[in-house]
Order: sequence, then C-alpha cells, then structure tokens
Amino acid sequence: MDRKEKTENSFSQNLKVGWFLASRDLRHANIWTTTLIVFVMTLTFLNLIIVSGILIGLIQGSEDAQKKYAIGDIVISPFLNRSVIEQTPKISEIIKTVPGYKNHTIRFTGAARVESNYRDTIRPGDKRDGVGAALLGISPAGEEKFSGISKFIIRGNYLEETDQDSVLIGKNLLYEFTPIEAPGFQTLKNIEVGQRVKVKADNISKEYFIKGIVSSKVDEFDTSVIALDSEVRKLTGRSDLNAGTIAIQLLPGSDPILARNFLLRNGVGSYARVQTAEEAFPKFLKDIKATFGILGSAISGIGLVVASITIFIVIFVNAITRRRYIGILKGIGINQKAILFSYIYQAFFYAALGIILGMILIFFLIKPYFAVHPINFPFSDGILVATVPSAMLRAWILLATTIIAGYIPARIVIRQNTLNAILGR
Amino acid sequence: MLEIRNLTKKFKSGDETIVAVNDLSFSVPAGQFLTITGKSGSGKSTLLYQLGLLDMPTAGEVIINGQNLVSLPEEERTKIRLNDLGYIFQDYAILPSLTALENTMLPLLMQGYNFKGAERQAKKALAKVGLTDRENNLPGELSGGQQQRVSIARAIAHDPKIIFADEPTANLDTETSGQVMQAFLELNKEGQTIIMVTHEAQYANLSDRTILLVDGHIVSDTMNK
Repeated sequence: MDRKEKTENSFSQNLKVGWFLASRDLRHANIWTTTLIVFVMTLTFLNLIIVSGILIGLIQGSEDAQKKYAIGDIVISPFLNRSVIEQTPKISEIIKTVPGYKNHTIRFTGAARVESNYRDTIRPGDKRDGVGAALLGISPAGEEKFSGISKFIIRGNYLEETDQDSVLIGKNLLYEFTPIEAPGFQTLKNIEVGQRVKVKADNISKEYFIKGIVSSKVDEFDTSVIALDSEVRKLTGRSDLNAGTIAIQLLPGSDPILARNFLLRNGVGSYARVQTAEEAFPKFLKDIKATFGILGSAISGIGLVVASITIFIVIFVNAITRRRYIGILKGIGINQKAILFSYIYQAFFYAALGIILGMILIFFLIKPYFAVHPINFPFSDGILVATVPSAMLRAWILLATTIIAGYIPARIVIRQNTLNAILGR
Repeated sequence: MLEIRNLTKKFKSGDETIVAVNDLSFSVPAGQFLTITGKSGSGKSTLLYQLGLLDMPTAGEVIINGQNLVSLPEEERTKIRLNDLGYIFQDYAILPSLTALENTMLPLLMQGYNFKGAERQAKKALAKVGLTDRENNLPGELSGGQQQRVSIARAIAHDPKIIFADEPTANLDTETSGQVMQAFLELNKEGQTIIMVTHEAQYANLSDRTILLVDGHIVSDTMNK
C-alpha cells in the first residue's frame, strides 16, 4: 500500500513535503549566495563564542597564570591576624601526604622599601628614589621546580642558592616598565642589572646587587623584590622557619577540595588558612569575569540580531521573489504548513551549517591556537574560554533565532491570496 | 459531478464595480469535456478560478458531488484542490527547482504517498503524456510543449475528479497545441472530467460541450457531439 493514512499523518506529510521542497531548493540555489549566507552564520556563531570567550579569557588567563605560577591548586596562608604560617615545617611534612600531591613551594614574605640612589647626595628635604615592595623569600631550586620562575627573567639571571647578596626585582617596581607617577605611587628610575639597591625591612637594611628583572604577569613576582629565603628571614628578623605562603600543586585530575579537606582533617587549619585556588582568587577578579561575561553576551547579542535580520531578509526576498511559486504550490493543494516548513528547513540548514563550521573553527583551530599563542594583554596572557556546553547553548540560541527569523517572512508571504500570487497581482 | 448556482464574482476597480461572472448556473456531469470560450475580458478565466476553488465567489454556490464548497475554510479547500482537482495553467506553472518527475510527484507526496509510491505513480503519469525520457530534466531544459505536458502529468497523477485547464495551448505552437489537445482527448476518453478555458474555436470544437461567455453572461451553451 503506497498511500498512508492522510489525516493522522498530516503533520508528518507537511514535514516530508517541506523537506522535499527545501532540499530541491537548496540543491538548485546559487552556490555563492548559499556560501555567503553560511559565511554570515559562521561569523555570527564565532562572534557569539569568541567575544565573550576572549573577554572571560582575559581574566581566565590571569587566573590560570596565578594558579600555575603563584598559588598552585591549594594555598596555605597566615590567618588574617597573623603574619606567618605557624608550624610551617610540620605542615610541610603533612602536605607531602596529601592525595594527588605533586609539588609545593614555601615562600617567606614581608614588606620592604627599596632605594636605588641611596649613595647619591641629595638636597635637604628631597626624597630618595625608592619604592615600597613586597619581599619574597624563595628557595631558588624549589621555586624553579614549582613555578619555573627563571623563564620570567627578562634581563640578567636567576638566583642561585649562594646568591646571598643578590635580588631579583619585579618589573612593576621599575619606571621603565611601569611609567606611572601618581601621588603615593612611585617606581624606580634608571635601574640596570648589576646595580646595587638598598632593601629596608623593619629596622634592618642591606645592599643587594640586582641579578635579574622579572616579568611574569603574576603580581606575586612582578611587584616583589625576590631574595633567598634565608635573606628574607634575616631582613624580617625571623629566626624560625615559619613562612608567609605555601603553594601546593596537585597531580592532574586530582580534586583540590579533597586535598584541602585532607589538610584540614590533619590539623593544618589550626595553624593557617587553607584554601583552594578558586577560593583564594580575589573577589574582584570573579566580579570582573562575570562582568566581562555579561558584556560579551551583550555584544554577541548584537551579532545575533544582525544574523536574524540577515536570515529574515534572505528568506523574505526568497519568498517575495517566489511569490508566484508559492501561489502555485498552494493552488495545486500543497498545505501552507508544508511550504512554511520548507523555508524553516532552509533557515535551519544555513544556521546548522554555520554552527558546524563555527564549531570546527573554534575547537580545532582558534581555541588550540590561542592556547599555544595567548593574546598578549598587558596584565595577562589571554586565552579563549570556550566549552562544549556553552558553545552548544549558543548554538541552540542561534538556531532558534534563525528559525524564527526564517518563519516570520515566509508566513507573511504564504498568507497572501493564492490566486493573486499565481497571477502576480 | 459539478454544479454552480447563481455564481457571481465582482471586482472593485477604483470606484467602479466590475461584474466578471454574472449570476451563472450550470452543471457538468462526470466524464464531460467542457470548454469555456469567449473574448478576452469575458470572464472565462475568472469563472474557472471560482470553479477550481482558487478564488472565492462574491455570491452563489460551487457544488461538487453534492457538497457546496464555497463556504469551506481555506484549509479544507486546499485539501479538495489536492485530492479531487487538477490544474493546468496557461504558462505551465511548474516549479523551476524540481525535475519533471519531482514536479509530478509533489501532489502525491502531499497526499500521503511514500517516496517510492509517489515516484511510481508520477512515472506512470509522465509515460501517459509521453515524457518518460525527460523525467529527470529541470523545466528550464524542456520545451514549452514538454513543460505543458509535465503540467498535465502533475494534474492527472493523483487521479483527480476534475481537471481545470486555463488556456493550456495559448503559449504553444500549432503542432504542440495539437499534441496537448490530443492528450486531453485521450484522458477524457478514459472518463476524465475536464473543464478547459480557451479562446481558440478549433480546440473548443473538439470538446463535448462549449459555453460561450460575453461580459460574464452565458450567451450559448452548445453540445459539440
């Protein structure tokens, strides 16, 4: 039996005939017109993903760098009313037993003033060329293993274990890299590697040679004077081994919350604050990330409107120029819904093809490219944040918008009088 | 089969009202080949559009198989056009992006035939009008006569109760027109009801019956055979 039940299958018949008409129309459509429409849809989809992806990636890049080089997956820091982590050596031993433990670094911290022209004679009342800086004491080998900090030395060399008389200086402390002269904020002028500076912390001061300049886009390094841990302990007058920060890296796939809870269960929480990286990120970073996400969505929304208008115009022009064609279809008894479906299929085809091409470009070209070649923003290496679920969500939004944009003009034309359409009047 | 009662169609043209079809009543029995003739502007095409449910009359009834179809909603009229009626237009009105076979298959698919069934039925119709060898050609690749035969194949493929033809030979040369008329006569011989509008007397004379219209009125209704 060739013929199916008519009434029961009318919806599927409309779908089937709509598809039949759409597939033939698409097959015989002008290849350049189709290419142009699909190109617009691809660009729209890329716009939907990339604008917000780059804006969020700007902050994400900063967070990732912070996590990778500065605070790791778990960070232990002093309680807010303390300056050091009590029982650091004991905690260090516990850390090594954390599930998924990979590595950790212990940093000694303090505040210092760095002066560069302290040997020059200045006029009475003049201030010396100096800058307030964070003091960061590291074990050169341990820190190198943890963060690979030596790759951030843009001039000079990295510290060695015997460099008691040398420091590294972060680029944000230097006028050459941070040319700001705001009231209350000063940077050091005319600083060269090999030059001597005076570092004053509490009441102790000592001269150091500048061994290298650090530029990492990680504030912990770029705003610090970095010296051997033993030197920082001396400058801050500490005779114990209690540190300012302990950063812990976990093996890939390990759960930071599990690791944090392990540390808390083992009593580390009695001596210091234990936080995952996510918890430790400053709130303003999270706020900026959310703000950029909203901003990106708003900008992408404009792209979405442009795509909708494009599809509307394409379908409207198509339907208007084929008004007679539509009239004939109606005249020979083709259901209006079937004709409508044929236009919806066409809009769907353009959007789906644009989305597929966009997905391929994003996940196989653009995202991997930015992962290897991050965008060099002043304060972070920006990456493209694009996940499959978020891309799918945007794909659905684009698809739905396109279908609506295709439906409206087709409906306007299809509802016109059949005979007038056939006779072209 | 088909009956019209007091059928009237008026148009507004500026302030003027034109009565294109003026209070016509007649019936067409099953299997009859009726031609409607008249000069340009006599209302013959307008009458055909009312009979074929392509337009709504201002007044009167169009009754097919005992049912007045004028008052039906558009959705129902579309269904009747699909299932019971076939159309052949002066300029063929076949769809340019579909091949001869696909054009012929279209109403069958809409009726609920599956693809294979529609294809089989459409091929039969194309064979009937002698277009088996051109079934995969697009309209642009066919001559005017061949395109009109595709139009006939599409009109007959779903086995309609009545075929409406609006000046089907107007755009064709004499030889091709003869072939098209031959196709109509053969269909009619098989029992097909045909209502054709033409202004060419030699083709009207080939039909069973001819109605002559002048200014929307029937001035003669003649049996030719």
